[in-house]
Amino acid sequence: MDLLDQLADTFFNWEEMVKVIPALLMVGLPNTLILAVASGVLGSLLGLLLAMMGISRNAGARWVARIYTDIFRGLPAILVILVIGIGLSPIAREITGSRNPYPLGILALTLIAAAYIGEIFRSGIQSVEKGQLEASRALGFSYGSSMRLVVVPQGIRRVLPALVNQFISLLKDSSLVFMLGLAASDREIFRIGNDAMANTGNLSPLVAAGVLYLILTVPLTHFVNFIDHRLRTGKPEKKEPDELAAPIGKGAQA
Amino acid sequence: MTEFASGTLTGKNLHLSFGHNHVLRGIDLHVEKGTTASVIGPSGSGKSTLLRVMNRLIEPDQGDILLDGRSVLKDNPDELRQRIGMVFQQFNLFPHKTVVENVSLALRKLRKLPADQARAEALEQLDLVGLKHKADARPANLSGGQQQRVAIARALAMKPEVMFFDEATSALDPELVKGVLALMTDLAKGGMTMVVVTHEMGFSRNVSDIVTFMDAGVVVESGPPEQLFTAPRTDRLKGFLSDVL
Repeated sequence: MDLLDQLADTFFNWEEMVKVIPALLMVGLPNTLILAVASGVLGSLLGLLLAMMGISRNAGARWVARIYTDIFRGLPAILVILVIGIGLSPIAREITGSRNPYPLGILALTLIAAAYIGEIFRSGIQSVEKGQLEASRALGFSYGSSMRLVVVPQGIRRVLPALVNQFISLLKDSSLVFMLGLAASDREIFRIGNDAMANTGNLSPLVAAGVLYLILTVPLTHFVNFIDHRLRTGKPEKKEPDELAAPIGKGAQA
Repeated sequence: MTEFASGTLTGKNLHLSFGHNHVLRGIDLHVEKGTTASVIGPSGSGKSTLLRVMNRLIEPDQGDILLDGRSVLKDNPDELRQRIGMVFQQFNLFPHKTVVENVSLALRKLRKLPADQARAEALEQLDLVGLKHKADARPANLSGGQQQRVAIARALAMKPEVMFFDEATSALDPELVKGVLALMTDLAKGGMTMVVVTHEMGFSRNVSDIVTFMDAGVVVESGPPEQLFTAPRTDRLKGFLSDVL
């Protein structure tokens, strides 16, 4: 019984949890969201560019996209974050005048996310039927306008589930930025839980941090399933039979 | 039907190869303003490719294309295609847009009409094809025949001088073919200049002013429908007609 009590105290010490909750919500949560959302948005923009390069008729552009993707998909996130966060910090300090590691943390997460998101977009865009581009070009739209108005919107819609999955993984990977050293007010969810654990010698704050991650990610996972289902089946709407030639005049009798 | 801004379209000695595959081998096609030319022939004879070359979706290797007597090969191909409407076998409506948005998209983005005016014009076109009441539906919720009529409205909205139909009824269930053919007949009788690639021999014979029979990338025979259908001169056309009729 002693052992069970000890385990319960180690993981679920209510007092320690309650103590860390304010910092988790007031400091950790906004910081984690800043990291994930900023790199998610920037990563999507860069990813879209990579996708367009990846399907370009220009072999050089395809080659650049390919190599970029291979590198940033092939490296562990923590390595990229450390190399960029430490390697570029003198430059970042020069430009921003601060030691805040967020710009570089966001940059590193963006570069990683873009590699994955680029592949997601590319597969989505390439899954759009060739006839869509042809129909748009036949109306008189240029290649660029056709992609922008017709092909890319459909491609992105098809990969929304994969995109949300990517965001979930970004949300989790944002915790790795703690490696760059964070001032008290810059700490994100994981670091706050980790610090509290180190201070108290009790794991419960980290468990609380974990619960907060789950509160963010689990609804997103179910949201993915929901849009995936919606994309497969569409909104329920009834098909009507064709009214044949009824409303279209003389030709019908010809 | 309304008046059309019809033009005369001419293809001269058009050649096209994909690698070693010589798809078009010197095609001549002349469609007088306000008339309908149908192009018939076995699968793989180059009919659909000919349409795509004549609106420069594919650039010809050789030859010339004239609209109202003027060569258009040096024009911006996007501008040429605004003057030539095209209807596809698979409809190719934009599934992420409503029916009326499909028709108004080019009006807004290419003709630069304000949204309400573009919508009004699009609704007018939809009314012509009998589908105004489906304006806010999604293409996926329409039958094939309805989708193809929307595709025709989408092409007509740009007030093209010529309309291309690429096997427009081939993907339709038999009972839906009639409605689309009736609409095409109305257009032809209304004075639209049309090039119709088709397997519908009835339409070709009864509606078109001139019929062109293609095989293996060349025009084998061309002339008025009575002549081609009742008195074919070549064995290849005789063979084709006995296969399809």
